[in-house]
Amino acid sequence: MSSILHLPTGERDRIRAWAEAGYPEECCGLLVGRQEQGQARVAYATSARNLNRERAGDRYELSGEDFLVTDREAAAAGLEVVGVWHSHPDHPARPSDTDRSQAWSGWSYLIVAVADGVLVDLRSWRLDGERFFEEEVATWQP
Amino acid sequence: MATVTVRIPAPLRSFTGGAGELEAVGATVGEVLSALGARHDGLTERVLAADGSPRSFVNLFLGQQDVRALAGLETPVREGDVLSIVPAVAGGRP
Repeated sequence: MSSILHLPTGERDRIRAWAEAGYPEECCGLLVGRQEQGQARVAYATSARNLNRERAGDRYELSGEDFLVTDREAAAAGLEVVGVWHSHPDHPARPSDTDRSQAWSGWSYLIVAVADGVLVDLRSWRLDGERFFEEEVATWQP
Repeated sequence: MATVTVRIPAPLRSFTGGAGELEAVGATVGEVLSALGARHDGLTERVLAADGSPRSFVNLFLGQQDVRALAGLETPVREGDVLSIVPAVAGGRP
């Protein structure tokens, strides 16, 4: 399988800023845009609260209320939630078993690796059945 | 009985023929979901566990309120209510 996540450079930079500012905790948010023939085109990213305060260093849980607000704003603009981003502090940008067990098919899962407070890698993944496959991240200047 | 709009998240639209919003009739959240499930194979199993309770990875919002904070599946619905199926978004490194 192959797919592409199209990510504007400005949104990539915002995700980088959120992930670095939140280090060493895991940060998360949503990707809003359009699905076009299996490719996700991101219009904008959001930053959301990590509800998992007990294990904020290695787990994230996005608030349902935050999802609902973003989803409604997206729908009003003719857009939809096309994926999720989260950070892996001091860990590679690869999905864990925890990520896989809680993932949904049809969405892009963008993971940013942050080492010593600096973003060092950014990769996106999609679920195919029970397994993740990596998709290309194409950044572009709007 | 009330007609309720049910919002379907993108990951579950493969069970609704791609529809993001559907209408269903019932007196409670549970009845609305059952009515929807009767028309769309596989949807109910993604939202409710075998014992009929909402799956832990799915949140149900009636308007702005999480139904867990109301009466769960027994929460009564009114004409024109919007029921949102919200996928839980969670994960983390090993």
